[in-house]
Amino acid sequence: MTEAQHPLDHLLRADRLPHIWCPGCGIGIAMRCLVLALEELGRPLDRVVVVSGIGCSARVAGYVRLDGFHTTHGRAIPFATGLKLANPDLTVIVFSGDGDLAAIGGNHLIHAARRNLDLTVICVNNFIYGMTGGQFGPTTPLAARSTTTPYGNFEPPFNLPALVAASGAVYVARWTVFHVRRLIAAFQEAIAKKGFSFVEVLSPCPTGYLRRNKLGEALEMMRYFKAQSEIRHGADPAEAGIEMGGKLILGKFVDIERPTYQERMRKQLAMFFIEPYAEKVREEIEAEEVES
Amino acid sequence: MKRGPAVLTGVHFFNGDVACAEGALAAGCRFFAGYPITPATEIAERMAERLPEIGGTFIQMEDEIASLSAVLGASWAGVKAMTATSGPGFSLMMENLGFGYMTETPCVIVNVQRGGPSTGLPTLVGQGDMMQARWGSHGDYETIVLAPSSAQEMFDLTIAAFNLSEKYRLPVLLLSDAVIGHITERVVIPAEEEIPIVNRKKFAGPREAYLPYLPDEDLVPPMVAAGEGYRVYITGLTHDERGYPSTSPEVQERLVRRLVEKIRRNARDIIRMEERGVEDAEVVLVAYGISARVAYRAMELARAAGRRVGWLRLITVWPFPEERIRDLATRVRAFIVPELNLGQIVREVERCAAGRARTIPVLRPGGAVHDPREILAIIEETFHD
Repeated sequence: MTEAQHPLDHLLRADRLPHIWCPGCGIGIAMRCLVLALEELGRPLDRVVVVSGIGCSARVAGYVRLDGFHTTHGRAIPFATGLKLANPDLTVIVFSGDGDLAAIGGNHLIHAARRNLDLTVICVNNFIYGMTGGQFGPTTPLAARSTTTPYGNFEPPFNLPALVAASGAVYVARWTVFHVRRLIAAFQEAIAKKGFSFVEVLSPCPTGYLRRNKLGEALEMMRYFKAQSEIRHGADPAEAGIEMGGKLILGKFVDIERPTYQERMRKQLAMFFIEPYAEKVREEIEAEEVES
Repeated sequence: MKRGPAVLTGVHFFNGDVACAEGALAAGCRFFAGYPITPATEIAERMAERLPEIGGTFIQMEDEIASLSAVLGASWAGVKAMTATSGPGFSLMMENLGFGYMTETPCVIVNVQRGGPSTGLPTLVGQGDMMQARWGSHGDYETIVLAPSSAQEMFDLTIAAFNLSEKYRLPVLLLSDAVIGHITERVVIPAEEEIPIVNRKKFAGPREAYLPYLPDEDLVPPMVAAGEGYRVYITGLTHDERGYPSTSPEVQERLVRRLVEKIRRNARDIIRMEERGVEDAEVVLVAYGISARVAYRAMELARAAGRRVGWLRLITVWPFPEERIRDLATRVRAFIVPELNLGQIVREVERCAAGRARTIPVLRPGGAVHDPREILAIIEETFHD
């Protein structure tokens, strides 16, 4: 007798089941969207690397059947920087949470965007530190309760799309785990995009966030995502801040062209060294001419 | 401009930092990530100039945490990688250093020590990070620390550091100091083919047969790089042979014991030291780095006065040469340990001497090296007791 195979088993480490996520958590949906996006994108999967930091979302690196690196807290982006620069043929995807990427790793996030490194950063934003049991973080809305804001949060949160767009990202989008088809498409676009791409994925944390704020079960959050979302492609990300219970502005905010870190590096160095930089730059110019 | 050679064979007049960068290139280092800090900046500057010449990658990161992260990432892409810093930056690297030991990632970290604690004395010498290098990251691990005493050794030991890191799969630390980093001396770079190079053991079998953390008999698991099709999962969590996280005390025991044992069992292969006049010595000076050079002069002065004084220079500081100190303790009266901190390696000497010989510290908290006469005075005292 053969065991039934899930159609995505070849992309997931089924031998690691059950996963650690709570019932109603949205991270699994985001992970499924990522593997579906990769499957359809047609990049050689042996050359796709998923890098994460620490936290619930960071566990994705260990559930996908790809090269995965579960690094230190906040340091997924600089680790990914080393991987990508040392082997530019790799497709490097950082998959982590809002606390990991925007608090302890916030400095790396803005500098990677500034450099326009050819990385894709997927940030699951569940508005809370989930793994440690529900402390407020850099994305927790004002007034929200958490174990470390027992009287309500009085720190204004980051608006992540605005932050990374201002820092220089060439692709910035925000979706929720309710918008599965949009999310898959956004992941594909972000991965295909040359340069620093960023997708924020809003997701329910029933255990750490919803329960404490009396926002109901995970399904209630999905209904909220459905009812309160407004898709506005090209919207100014600065106007897409999130308030508790407020409207959620979703869509593709930024999709621009800007030379990547490596393109600029090669161009600069080609003025001094013929090989290997000038040859590479010539190849790039020729490839662009063929395309246009 | 043409591409320069990776190995600058010839006789040079280099400062220690430049010699270190050239040693890295000769060892096969092709990735450097760093952050400016006195007195290590010249290493980054040299790498920024030289790596593009030979098709390598230099990146200046936003801090030292990011620098070591990028180095670890580059190593997993299969490229030999290094960073260089001083005390404050070294402190910032402690967490990722532990990640390097746990995931068995070969790389080299250079610490050109200055006076501490905190910002301390940015431009002046210190040796206050010797214990931090051994114990600075949390949890149990063993490390390898080399301490150069000349610009030539900044070149030679950087190569040795890369070779050891590749052989035993761990971050190897080069603990230099502000004087050795900035001293400008003759540095001889041999022909490329005369430089022994060690490369990490690679797994070449089929994907299904690969267990990332299944060690060979030498306790070192063969490595693969990202993108080679093995689809590895690498985590700083306690992991089994598959690399999968585990909360089992047995898995923790097996993993952490192995990380420690792979160094302890090979201590004889790793430990290097230099000795003078130890055979007939009644008193032995034990020192490393710049302090060893000052101690050497003190030994010469004492010998000229007819005192039977020996000199033992630690080239490998960690793992500590316990056997040698234990052995000497049975036949010398005293060890004298000059160092530029308020008592770090002297504790190791005292531990190994275990009361069989006296251990006398000669300590300064950095800022200036010892005067050899200061050490000589202590030597004289031991002969008058």
